[in-house]
Amino acid sequence: MSNALELAGVTKRFGDFRALDGVDLRVRTGELVFLIGPSGSGKSTLLRCCNLLECPDQGAVLLEGRNIAGPGIDLDATRRRIGMVFQAFNLYPHLDALGNVTLALRKVLRLPRAEAEARGHAALTRVGLADKARNRPAELSGGQQQRVAIARSMALEPQVMLFDEPTSALDPELVGEVLSVMRELRADGMTMIVVSHEMRFAREAADRVVFMDSGRIVEEGTPEALFSAPRSERLRSFLARVAA
Amino acid sequence: MGDFSDAFLNARVLARYAPDILQGVWVTLALSVLIVLSGTLLGLALAALRALGPLPLRLPVIAFADIFRALPPLVLILIAYFGLPSVGVFMSSFTVLFVVLTLVLAAFAEEIFWAGITSVPKGQWEAARSTGLSSAQTLVWVVLPQAVRLAIPPLTNRAIAVTKMTALGTVIGVSDILNQATTAQSFSGNASPLLLAAVAYIAIFLPLVVLSRWLETRFAWRRV
Repeated sequence: MSNALELAGVTKRFGDFRALDGVDLRVRTGELVFLIGPSGSGKSTLLRCCNLLECPDQGAVLLEGRNIAGPGIDLDATRRRIGMVFQAFNLYPHLDALGNVTLALRKVLRLPRAEAEARGHAALTRVGLADKARNRPAELSGGQQQRVAIARSMALEPQVMLFDEPTSALDPELVGEVLSVMRELRADGMTMIVVSHEMRFAREAADRVVFMDSGRIVEEGTPEALFSAPRSERLRSFLARVAA
Repeated sequence: MGDFSDAFLNARVLARYAPDILQGVWVTLALSVLIVLSGTLLGLALAALRALGPLPLRLPVIAFADIFRALPPLVLILIAYFGLPSVGVFMSSFTVLFVVLTLVLAAFAEEIFWAGITSVPKGQWEAARSTGLSSAQTLVWVVLPQAVRLAIPPLTNRAIAVTKMTALGTVIGVSDILNQATTAQSFSGNASPLLLAAVAYIAIFLPLVVLSRWLETRFAWRRV
């Protein structure tokens, strides 16, 4: 299978702090990769390097074999092929759900309004919110807002979707609806990189789990291998803390 | 009471000079509309430049806004009217007043829009950029609609404050309301035209104050 996204030797510093220290990661098409690790381990920074919200200081980010971290790359055209879902949803509060989903369709893909709205409705239907198209974010629950945010990314038909702690800001009873949308995306073959603390979801849905600490990948493998037979002491103590 | 009504409500004087003051009303109104439109638009353009432009463009914007907010408008008016002709720049008193007050309002409007832009959470920029919107598109379609709503209450107050300064034009002979009234007052030796001027100002600016309050409620919406 081909690589949808590949990081090669990616390093990122914030001042003296080395957030990423030569990270290599290959994500195959259709794969769901789960990133876990203590806070400050570089998971979110790694995710944000994938669509260049953070620019790596060194290393390459390859989208379908092409380095997008190098010079001469149209970043805007590249970013629309990589969806991103944020912990805080980041919906546009002045637009209704459909407006949130169609903005990029109209302004980036330059679709006519009717076509953009048809695609927007289809995306909202896929996340189960067809009836909320005309509601503003403030009128939606956290789980509904996050599903609109997923629809906003999905509508652009990206090659890869990045999830940055998509359920961390949700009340426990709202987590399930977001995870089930992610499950469906996976079933449809979407390539996904997920930063999350939902270990049960990782065990059930991930093809591969990557454990990070201090800006490096410490251990990776199938959920079964990592959770049942962690090799490193750091992963063992991390899993013990998470379980506690 | 008889003294008061003779001093401020002298019917003969009022009838004689009302047409002059009405003419002043049109001048003040025209200036106010021009200043509010061009000052607000210029301020918005400068704030956008500050948000998107490279450092060599941002610094002059900041310097402009700071200097024009710091200087008393009357000083700028006098310099432009009496000083600029000696370096070969001639402007009518109307033009001087329009240009100076437009720049003053633009300086305040730039700061107000800028404050609105910076108060929009960073996540809004990131979400928009992650869907492929350029920074200019993000500013126009995502950030400004939120920033402008935040800017409207302080902006309307500032616009009213600056347009009232059109009365400063009287010192360089702009035939606005106050100038007509002081002229009438000195010809007639009676203060009634000044009271009429005050009434004219209220007629112009009170609706604006009410409009600004309506705008504030109209553009308020629940924050997420």
